[in-house]
Amino acid sequence: MIPFDYSRATDARTAVATVMARPDAAFLAGGTNLVDHMKLGLASPELLVDVTRLPLDRIEELPDGGMRIGATVRNSDLAAHPLLRRRYPVLSQALLAGASGQLRNAATTAGNLLQRTRCGYFQDVTTPCNKREPGSGCAAVGGWNRHHAVLGASEHCLAVHPSDMAVAMSALDAVVIAMGAEGERRIPVREFHRLPGDTPERDTVLEHGELITAVELPPSPPGARSAYRKVRDRASFAFALISVAAVLETDGDRVRDARIAFGGVAHKPWRATRAEEALRGAAATEDAFRQAADAELGAAQLLPDNAFKVPMTRNTLAAVLRELATEERR
Amino acid sequence: MTRPDTDSALSSESIEPLNIQTVGTSLPRVDGHAKVTGTATYAWEHDLRNPTYVYPLQSAIARGRVLRMDATQAESVDGVIAVLTPYNAARLADTGNAELAVLQSDEIAFRGQLIGAVVAETPETARHAASLVGVEYEQQPHDTELRADRPDLYRPDQVNPVFPTDSEEGDVEAALAAAAVTLDQTYSTPMEHNNPMEPHTCVSVWDNAGTGADGGPRLTQYDSTQGAHAVRKNIARLFELAPERVRVISPHVGGGFGSKGMPHAHNVLSALAARAVAGRPAKLALTRQQLFDLAGHRTPTVQRVRLGADADGRLTALCHEAVEHTSKVKEFAEQTAVASRLMYAAPNRRTTHRLALLDVPVNTWMRAPGECPGMFAAEVAMDELADACGLDPIELRAINEPESDPSTGKPWSHRRLVECLRTGARRFGWDRRAEAGTRREGDWLVGLGVASATYPSWAMPGSAAEIERTADGRYAVRIGAADLGTGTWTALSQIASDALECPFDAVHLEIGDTDLPPASVAGGSSGINSWGSTIVAAARAFRAEHGDNPAAGARTSSKTPENPDMKRYAVHSFGAQFAEVRVNADTGEVRVPRMLGVFAAGRIINPRTARSQFIGGMTMGISMALFEESVLDHGTGHVVNHDFAQYHVAANADVGDIEATWLDEPDPHANPMGAKGIGEIGIVGAPAAVVNAVHNATGIRVRDLPVTPDKLLRA
Repeated sequence: MIPFDYSRATDARTAVATVMARPDAAFLAGGTNLVDHMKLGLASPELLVDVTRLPLDRIEELPDGGMRIGATVRNSDLAAHPLLRRRYPVLSQALLAGASGQLRNAATTAGNLLQRTRCGYFQDVTTPCNKREPGSGCAAVGGWNRHHAVLGASEHCLAVHPSDMAVAMSALDAVVIAMGAEGERRIPVREFHRLPGDTPERDTVLEHGELITAVELPPSPPGARSAYRKVRDRASFAFALISVAAVLETDGDRVRDARIAFGGVAHKPWRATRAEEALRGAAATEDAFRQAADAELGAAQLLPDNAFKVPMTRNTLAAVLRELATEERR
Repeated sequence: MTRPDTDSALSSESIEPLNIQTVGTSLPRVDGHAKVTGTATYAWEHDLRNPTYVYPLQSAIARGRVLRMDATQAESVDGVIAVLTPYNAARLADTGNAELAVLQSDEIAFRGQLIGAVVAETPETARHAASLVGVEYEQQPHDTELRADRPDLYRPDQVNPVFPTDSEEGDVEAALAAAAVTLDQTYSTPMEHNNPMEPHTCVSVWDNAGTGADGGPRLTQYDSTQGAHAVRKNIARLFELAPERVRVISPHVGGGFGSKGMPHAHNVLSALAARAVAGRPAKLALTRQQLFDLAGHRTPTVQRVRLGADADGRLTALCHEAVEHTSKVKEFAEQTAVASRLMYAAPNRRTTHRLALLDVPVNTWMRAPGECPGMFAAEVAMDELADACGLDPIELRAINEPESDPSTGKPWSHRRLVECLRTGARRFGWDRRAEAGTRREGDWLVGLGVASATYPSWAMPGSAAEIERTADGRYAVRIGAADLGTGTWTALSQIASDALECPFDAVHLEIGDTDLPPASVAGGSSGINSWGSTIVAAARAFRAEHGDNPAAGARTSSKTPENPDMKRYAVHSFGAQFAEVRVNADTGEVRVPRMLGVFAAGRIINPRTARSQFIGGMTMGISMALFEESVLDHGTGHVVNHDFAQYHVAANADVGDIEATWLDEPDPHANPMGAKGIGEIGIVGAPAAVVNAVHNATGIRVRDLPVTPDKLLRA
């Protein structure tokens, strides 16, 4: 085994300073992704700073009606929180669509945001991968790319982000709070994950040593309804082929506002702003829903194995919006 | 064709039936307590002193040669004991089986092939040091792609295990040309991996290597195997040992599905590694990823099925042509089309098998090799023919029921297929099946499907059993059989109890050890038939020799008896599989809320363990229908999705109300128990039933497995 040191953080500032000072250090929370990576040879940190004992495990209601979710709140606890279930069903549903009960009991909010792609080539050190080893090439380009990106990919990386939770957070305009050397900064989830470009090794805008302390959800607009729909090959314990998170507000038969994010289609949770634009003020009809999907998916770049993601996303978005619109009229 | 003997179903002239008492009752598993308390010893878990740990080195290219290996860095890691390479490994006495000729040359025949190992004081050290071994290759172009139009397909001499490669009766082409209704479709199944829950594990210990008082070394292997004696025979040959000098111990096995039927390369690597650590145990457990390279797989198949029928649906021609792959390392020709030789009556019939010789890992048995992929194609084709003829799929099968085995002309010992179909139809609510694509409940399209199942009753020769009256007044029953989680411990104890006419608790069964009398491999659903018949013979011989009140120490052995009825009758199991599926109209996702299997497999020894076997097979059938696919990257030559996050098997949420039932009648010609094997028939036909139900739900006919949502998307 590659030897590594383990320390348990007692306060966030020291933890940040410790990791910033050592390029070979990493934060450890639930460990559901990092420990796998250490076994597979993808990561070999020489110091693990365990942050699970920091007082970051609270879920609080904010004065403006929003919510603040501590970084180390476990996915199971968050999904089951009564206020979250009432105000942000899309997020609760997304959490419950992810992984398995056992994994959700261990996985944390921050760790979920920071999990890395499950691309089979990224996870296999015997194959080239620009994300794992910059400049080595992308084996998925000429290989198996059924699960890969149709939006925002680059010739250097076709990987998709695996999180369900982050897709819902993107649609909710959630904000990540990260602590660095100079104190805390606020990063909208929509800007937190990156597109691959020519530096696919970087998944997010976080700097080494920055520590996520919380995620804040803005208040839910009155009358807004939300839902998460994940499409996968098997009924549970599978990553999304595609997923749709949607928050819908209507005025009678017209759409007042919609916030939509797609999962499983890009290197980051894909906020579908073109679709939102097309929907704003439109009639809440099946045709409008499909046209909105097309407005977003028109830019899709298809690979031999993943062309199905476009019609699957279109159909799923239409189904989710149809259900939300029907729910509103009830 | 001859009419079956009217009495054949009732009795046999040559087999004396067992006096049934304990057999047929749902006794709990005798190994159940040990398993749920974690005390059942699997191969990795035997309490051995001072073990060492082995981590394999695998080729990163699919074809070529190892030019150089640099172990300097690995050897300098604290705790590393040895690094094995093709250059320093001991020479084996026999390299005839290339799969087992481990580290005997620098040639590479597939990606992931063993090219060395690190032996260390801890598993973590071995794995880390393995990553530090430098390897230089001379790479040659490789070829891993199966296509039906390859010009280099060849005809194997026979197909697994001993069937003729092709069959030809009548004039198929003329019959097809003259048929009122014809079908000509191509079906494909992907490469699949057995994936038992317990990864393949082998722990080797050399004793007195070359210096023992009796003048020779001994090797013990704690192995995860379906056949301890088969491992011993193969390993002894490689190391030039008399078989008695090799002991294989395997009391509990966590699944195998054929992949543990014969020793694989890791068994040899474990033994080579143990040689390097003088007397210490060398423990080797493959990782899940390594299973995809080193433990066998099911060949992909491309199957063209042509059917011709008259206007009433009576088959006039049946042609089933299979194309599949085999590894250049070792030929395995799967008998994909063989079940089509006996399923239905048709005067003009042809079956063929052709192979592509590829740079892929060795393929081998996977649950119902042949019958499983073959009956997928054949039974979907029958569903399509029923559509074309305007017949109910069950009626089409009933119309084409053969009176005797079309491939041999022998009478059936006990067929009952139509009874299975009709019983299942009644129980499943088949009359609610609607026109294809017409039944919708909310966002879900709903459909029902049916398919037939069959599996031969194999009787393996060469087992022996020993019965001994023990000092505590019980009976030791000894046979080197295997329990893969199937219920062998319990079922063989039940058979012994009835054969000895003693209480169940008076039987002390011993299995899973080559120190016991030899037993055939637990494969081809042959275990209960072969071992059970042997135990019955031994028990009868014991009573004949020692009477009802034998003295302690009284002992008798018998070998597997001949069963003359196997030559007179066609002895097979049959079944009917029913599935209800729901297909999401928006996303194409498929769910299977209900499934029912009705089987005619002779007498059921233990309904509790049997149900588990049947529904286990059916679950694996759902898995094959909807999920399982090993994706070979033809650029690298390796299976990309080589873990459980990517290679999907059915999860709990994918299995709804799944039930198995059976026509509980003994087959008097099978053996004294009247029982036939049930390990494999549960998967046969299950994928076809699901696919046929998907068609009934959607009107979409998927002919290439698995049926993933993208294949059912509507614009």
